[in-house]
Amino acid sequence: MNQLQLLGSIEIGLIFALVATGVYITFKVIDFPDLTVDGSFTLGAAVSASMISSGFGPVISTLAAMCAGSVAGSITGYLNVKWDIMGLLAGILTMTALYSINLRIMGVPNIAIVDAETIFGDYSVITIMGIIVVVVIAIINRFFASNYGLAIRAIGINPRVSKAYGINVERMKIIALALSNGVVALSGSLFAQSQGFADISMGTGTIIVGLAAVIIGEAAIHPKNVLTGLITCAIGSIVYRIVIAFALNANDIGLQASDLNLITAAIVALTMIVSKLKRF
Amino acid sequence: MIELKDINVIFNKGTKLENHVLKNINLKVLDGQFVTIIGGNGAGKSTLMNVLAGDIAPTSGKIFIDNVEVTNTQAHARAALVARVFQDPMIGTFADLTLEENMSVAGMRGASRGLTPALSKDLKIKFQTHLSELEIDLETRLKDKASSLSGGQRQALSLVMATLQESKILLLDEHTSALDPKIGQIIMDLTDKIIKKQRLTALMITHSMTQALDYGDRTIMMYHGEIVRDMIGTERKSLTPSDLIKYFDL
Repeated sequence: MNQLQLLGSIEIGLIFALVATGVYITFKVIDFPDLTVDGSFTLGAAVSASMISSGFGPVISTLAAMCAGSVAGSITGYLNVKWDIMGLLAGILTMTALYSINLRIMGVPNIAIVDAETIFGDYSVITIMGIIVVVVIAIINRFFASNYGLAIRAIGINPRVSKAYGINVERMKIIALALSNGVVALSGSLFAQSQGFADISMGTGTIIVGLAAVIIGEAAIHPKNVLTGLITCAIGSIVYRIVIAFALNANDIGLQASDLNLITAAIVALTMIVSKLKRF
Repeated sequence: MIELKDINVIFNKGTKLENHVLKNINLKVLDGQFVTIIGGNGAGKSTLMNVLAGDIAPTSGKIFIDNVEVTNTQAHARAALVARVFQDPMIGTFADLTLEENMSVAGMRGASRGLTPALSKDLKIKFQTHLSELEIDLETRLKDKASSLSGGQRQALSLVMATLQESKILLLDEHTSALDPKIGQIIMDLTDKIIKKQRLTALMITHSMTQALDYGDRTIMMYHGEIVRDMIGTERKSLTPSDLIKYFDL
């Protein structure tokens, strides 16, 4: 693996660090296995690529992508809390619907924005992404340290007692899902802008990549609070990318790019098995 | 004052599994009254508490707290008025939050939660003071997770959490039954102390006839969804635990 590939891995790792923080909020903080992510990642890319290619500024396009992601997350939450649809299924329903919606937004399956001005301007993607990841983690951490954020953490741990202490469990669930998918859509938007295109199928497997980052980070660091949990996600995401790059570059093993999903699934499974083994 | 008027709770109404859990319950609890509730399994004691807390909506009837009807108010919206300690010490607190975070969540009961930090120096001092009153050395463990506490310690924390904020009524659902007798006694004495100090209105379910008579100033007995005895004043004073046990032979 050469330096270029390493930098490329860090770049993508930082972008997907945002997916990992989103996944952390749903899977870890409120204990909700949210699969909306595959759809909301593409949604973020679709919204910002469409807007940028029709002349909108990159900042407003990125913010619009985040809002769209939040709406998608709220819909999953709404289906779950108001109509008692199982969390997994609610996420799958939204994700499935988003495929059509994303196609509607883009009009075509692929939009190129190579020549357009993006949020990265003339700076390197790694620099800007580093700043964005730090800022997003700082904001989310501050949010979960507030009375409102603490209440969201409480519903993930003990919904019944949360109610007894006056927390509207249903509303908090929807807010957390909106926050999570907003961050995931931000990631999708930044991915499209850094790569110069949005594609209808780019979100496939996003959830497992996010989970991989969360799980790898957790196995390595054992986070004790929200801040270390979030930092762990970012580190896990970068480590995951580097491991993948190594695996694909080791010529002797004979793996190719199309084996990515198999490697990812194997990494997630192995990390979980190893962390289980440690307990004995 | 807490008032229940003609409360009926029927589970699975209209099916073969229909279960009439509470039957025409009428109950008035005056301010400052500490009522102990006894009765066999399935008598409807816990359901009565769930109805008061808003976890279960009555099939018919009305609930008033200080003359304001709360029958259709959801549990989280009623929390400003109702404080609660659960039976199982493992479910009464937030296991994965630290003691100070637990108390912060509890301290906001009935208040609207905003984006101000959930913890501050002043709050920590306040939490420490409350915990030190328990005299079980919890005040040094603010940063520890609730999951690291023993059952008794968690129930003590639960009790402090429930009484951090004012409430119109405190519900205690067999809150010492899962503890060993010694710790159970300590928690019971703490409960009594807090209730007297804060002049709380309280309802306590218990399976201990001694507890039912030793604490509080009124005892009601439930049987098959009805209140069958209501003991207060000199009548109650003359009773012994064995008298109460005889009442179970209906």
